[in-house]
Amino acid sequence: MTPQSAFMIAATVRVGKLQDLRTLLASMNKIPGHADPDNDLIPFGKLDRLHFARFVIIEAKTLQEIKEFGVKPRPWRPMLAFLGDIDGDVHTFLAELVERAESGLTKIFSHCDDFPEENQNLLEWIKMRNVNPGANYVNWIGRTVRQIHEEAALHHSLSDYLQKIVAEVGRENIRTLRQKLLSHVEMEKYKGRLVLSLPELTPSEWRTRNLLHKIGVPLILLLFSPLLLVIAPFFALWLRRRERSDPELFIRPVYAHIKALSEQEDWDVSNQYSVFGDVKPGLFRLLTFKFILLLTNWFARHIYNHGFLARIKTIHFARWVFMDNNHRIFFASNYDGSHESYMDDFINKVGWGLNLTFSNAVGYPTTRWMIKEGAQREHAFKYTQRRHQIPTEVWYKAYPGLTAVDLARNSRIRQGVEIRQSDDAEIREWLSLI
Amino acid sequence: MEKSSDFEFDDVQGLLRFGYGKLADTCFMLLKIADASAAKQWLSTVPVSSAIAIRPSPDTALQIAFSVQGLRVLGVDESIIDGFSDEFVHGMTRNENCSRRLGDIGRNAPRYWKWGRDTDVPHVLLLLYARKGSLDAWKATVEGEYFSQAFQLLQYLPTSDMGRTDPFGFEDGISQPAIDWSDRHDTDSHANDRYTNLLAVGEMILGYPNEYGQYTARPLIDPQKNRLAVNLPDAEDDPSRKDFGRNGTYLVLRQLEQNVPGFWQFLDKVSDSIPEKREQLAASMAGRERNGTPLIAEHIPGISPKDHGNHFTYDLDPKGNHCPVSAHVRRANPRTGDLPTAVTGTGAITLISRLVKILGFGQKPEEDLIASSRFHRLLRRGRSYGAVLAPEDAVKPNAPAAERGLQFICLVANIGRQFEFVQNAWIVNSKFGGLQEEPDPLLGNREPLINGNSTDHFNRPTPSGPMQKVCHLPRFTTVLGGGYFFMPGLRALKYISALQPNGNGGSS
Repeated sequence: MTPQSAFMIAATVRVGKLQDLRTLLASMNKIPGHADPDNDLIPFGKLDRLHFARFVIIEAKTLQEIKEFGVKPRPWRPMLAFLGDIDGDVHTFLAELVERAESGLTKIFSHCDDFPEENQNLLEWIKMRNVNPGANYVNWIGRTVRQIHEEAALHHSLSDYLQKIVAEVGRENIRTLRQKLLSHVEMEKYKGRLVLSLPELTPSEWRTRNLLHKIGVPLILLLFSPLLLVIAPFFALWLRRRERSDPELFIRPVYAHIKALSEQEDWDVSNQYSVFGDVKPGLFRLLTFKFILLLTNWFARHIYNHGFLARIKTIHFARWVFMDNNHRIFFASNYDGSHESYMDDFINKVGWGLNLTFSNAVGYPTTRWMIKEGAQREHAFKYTQRRHQIPTEVWYKAYPGLTAVDLARNSRIRQGVEIRQSDDAEIREWLSLI
Repeated sequence: MEKSSDFEFDDVQGLLRFGYGKLADTCFMLLKIADASAAKQWLSTVPVSSAIAIRPSPDTALQIAFSVQGLRVLGVDESIIDGFSDEFVHGMTRNENCSRRLGDIGRNAPRYWKWGRDTDVPHVLLLLYARKGSLDAWKATVEGEYFSQAFQLLQYLPTSDMGRTDPFGFEDGISQPAIDWSDRHDTDSHANDRYTNLLAVGEMILGYPNEYGQYTARPLIDPQKNRLAVNLPDAEDDPSRKDFGRNGTYLVLRQLEQNVPGFWQFLDKVSDSIPEKREQLAASMAGRERNGTPLIAEHIPGISPKDHGNHFTYDLDPKGNHCPVSAHVRRANPRTGDLPTAVTGTGAITLISRLVKILGFGQKPEEDLIASSRFHRLLRRGRSYGAVLAPEDAVKPNAPAAERGLQFICLVANIGRQFEFVQNAWIVNSKFGGLQEEPDPLLGNREPLINGNSTDHFNRPTPSGPMQKVCHLPRFTTVLGGGYFFMPGLRALKYISALQPNGNGGSS
């Protein structure tokens, strides 16, 4: 099994270079916000370990909101961030990236501070600016880009063939149908038109680290549980006081902002989402936020790693990243459906989870006990998430037209090719997927 | 909130409560305001029907709604306009993203529309209803003396009396939400595991709590600054201000042309001209038989057993073996509750099983893909147009080609979360409920996905396993026009008709 990883190269944009950078990034796009896979700067389509990538210019447009808390806004200079979700480890990927796209990367990052004129070692420069997420979510840990493409091709081939043979042998003859489908796959494989690669060996280092993480986090929590129990009542008191007194910002985003964001949306069945804002002031808020993200990360890595994040099955990748010395939070996700349905899904299905993670950010609607209300305050929530959203200049998805549900279905179809169903009901189930 | 009998029906336009089914003759007029003062004169005298129930039922009705451009021309202040939703203020054709989401691309793109494009948005929509044969007299009464000076007629939207049948030949208008006038039901999600047809007033009418228990954003006015607003109702959630939106609603109008011969002839062809097969396929695309019988029989609480056509959910047919997931009525109202399957009873085990569901465990991969229905309901009030063409005649190769279709109207308090969501996530979306590249069989525009994959399919799951696939569906429905309107409460209508030419509502 090949585990996935995430990189985020972030560098401050040089003064006066913002517009040039925007123009340059736009030149990579085929349609608004969507990368041409064969663009001259970074040939995303040739990077066969890359699931999703984006270039986003992180600007603090909601910088002033923290004033409501009686805190002076910290200055922020626009940052360029290059994010990717990949198969395997970051170091070898970045090396491959630099090898394939050195001149493009140089062109792009030369718009940033401290980029050396005569570049000695681009790879080192990039690695130094890689920011690790506070929490990372992968829809299906171990499912590679290669596997996704192979399984999509398998489904396509089986789907066409099934229609043909149903006409010949009838739809009730399910064992014959299965036999014919399996022979078809063998024949197509033999002819080289279908490939179903075996999964690679799980890297032992990753396996060990993953196991340590899986056991370690609960163990440490258990160890500290007496302390946590002592803190709990104080925490509850403090929390409720904060929830009652934190200012709620009910600010409607301007239409021009929404229009600019939506220009990039709904070209494909999936969309991107980048959001940026301040962490609420105070150490308690920060520690709470960090603690919640630690748990989120643990659950994402060990529990919600096979197709669903609580009740949500439409997120491919998502991550939370602390920035500016923990004063700000950046969130990026790749999801299926349009923005409105993404948000409605969120409010109705996992409002509690959103409240847990984002109630520690400035502008989030008032919560009760950290899980109640919040996102349920529909207007306040929809306004704040749009207001804090920032446009993504360039976005790449390696498998346009496919949703996370499609990917899961294709994997089940493939499983049915490799593992014999035990009874008729299972065969029917398998046939119904095709 | 007040009891049912206390509800302010006298301030609500009747269409929110009645479909006026007995008033078979209708005339829908799209108007441009030629003279704002004359228009306000006319408005101040015109007999707009309220929602008060009258026995015997009236012989005529008149309803009125305004586009944002219309409100502006009449002098409604920008500070009030700003209180409306973006969807209403910027319109159905507000940007290309909106068109993509609504499926208004390809041949459905606004540039092909007959009305409602950016350049010729109507100001006023008049809906006239009368008993058979008395429409002309009613129209003359309504128009009165100022009308011709006040308005320029952009066009009559044709309508025709097809009874309860839509142009394709299916009984229509069966699935409607029941508005909870007396505020009986609980909007908390703990009480909404399962689908219910009863809907909070605030989902349809502005100024009341919606299914989130919240007040939808709408224009509120400070009466200290605007004396004309004194007669408007108070805002329930902000008593210091007057509620311009209260008892009003948004009206969504779309003219949808239906290619009736095209529909039946295609079905006939793929059914090898066997009438029974053709009917079966038609029923599975619509999700009901032509007489309106649902493809699923199961009683649910909260809906009267008499109302059998609206008395079921899809809980027992998750795969769509009885009613395909892609069937039109299943998409338009999936009848889902807040949780994927119901949790009933009380006690620790219930609590745990509820928690398990909330955390997303114990689900099948294709389960729980559709949002909870109660946040996405539409009150439909459309009328058909064109000459009736029975399916049996439509299949004949010499079937008369004439324009017919639907003047689709729905009333909602939140255009984005209700109409646009349903149209986008449920109707147009070819991945609805985990489907494989199938938009709505009746309404889909058949435009391919970004990766070039076609979407002109309709799949019928079968209990035996392999799906029955129908390929190369042509487009059966074409959008010819559309727009968003605000249908004010009667006191807000009075406010509009009393506006001074300078538009600030007499705040001198």
